[in-house]
Amino acid sequence: MMRIAEALEAFRPYREDAIVVPGRGGRYWVETGNQNLDVPLGDPAMGGHAGFALGLALARSERKLVLFDSEGDILMSLGMLATIAEQAPANFYHFLLDNEVYATTGGQPVPNAKNIAYDRLALAAGYPRAPAFDEIGDLARELPAILSRPGPVFVALKVYPEVENEPIGRRRRWQTRSRDQVLADLRGELGIGP
Amino acid sequence: MAPTAADAITVALSPETVLAQMKANGVTDIVWLPDSETNWLYLLMQAEPSLRLVGVSREGHACSIAAGLFAGGRKPMILIQNTGMMESGDSIRGWLLGLNVPVVMMVGYRGWTRHGVTTDTAATYTEKFLMAFGINYYLVESDADALRITTAFEEAERTKRPVVVLVGDEYHGFNR
Repeated sequence: MMRIAEALEAFRPYREDAIVVPGRGGRYWVETGNQNLDVPLGDPAMGGHAGFALGLALARSERKLVLFDSEGDILMSLGMLATIAEQAPANFYHFLLDNEVYATTGGQPVPNAKNIAYDRLALAAGYPRAPAFDEIGDLARELPAILSRPGPVFVALKVYPEVENEPIGRRRRWQTRSRDQVLADLRGELGIGP
Repeated sequence: MAPTAADAITVALSPETVLAQMKANGVTDIVWLPDSETNWLYLLMQAEPSLRLVGVSREGHACSIAAGLFAGGRKPMILIQNTGMMESGDSIRGWLLGLNVPVVMMVGYRGWTRHGVTTDTAATYTEKFLMAFGINYYLVESDADALRITTAFEEAERTKRPVVVLVGDEYHGFNR
């Protein structure tokens, strides 16, 4: 297994001008440089990060879209894999952070946590490629090749559960910008009107 | 005199009218899940080169996809049925209302009738659902109502919120 922060750091050198939707990895994503192309939305409604990222990828086909999704979100919206595979955006890089639990609610296991092969689910839904990694070294070695080929690609990562037991109201807020500001910054960077 | 088949056609909402409204309002992407109100419309949309169709398997998915399309500068429209709209409650809350997405949701009004008692609970709860979410809506039953679709687009842009068009015309409008 790897830590979420390690996976994100391994990706960072290859980011270039990609739009990054850090999704469930948002609190570990450190905004540096291309902040206006970072889209940390927190959790508008669980299960929707992949859909949001798909829409953004379809809208901005000229640049890469990188999403860090979670297995809890994926399980809520398995049908989304079919929609993404059908649309097949070549700029879509779909990373899965699989910690096998609902970490933000105390670490309860997701259904059948130990036995689901998300990479195979993605392939069965029609993704052309779906590598899976347990170790950070293997991911770091393969990342340049993964990102140099067209998408859509699904990259399943086994990550340590970093469980939050603090009541939600007492947790440190990791977002530095409001959702409105995040979208305004993105649209401004992309030259879109308000 | 009893209404004739020709009369029925003149009071129906034709799919050509709906497509014309989409084009007139600059829609770029239709995020949708088929329902009995939009059967024939599908063929017209498929043949329209200015539209991209994004099919979903659960209506809530349409909300997050539409939000992403909007964020990227496109003008999506959501096309679903009232049953699926109700299933999508949290996605509507979080991805559309929460992100101030100015999108028109065209919603098939399954069970709608002006005549007698409504027996389909899909219709019973549709407008109550929209009121609970504070989402404004317009009922469209025939071609004569088509400008309400433009009104919905204008309102969505002005208010930065989703606006619903309820399609109260099943079977004789889109299914040919």
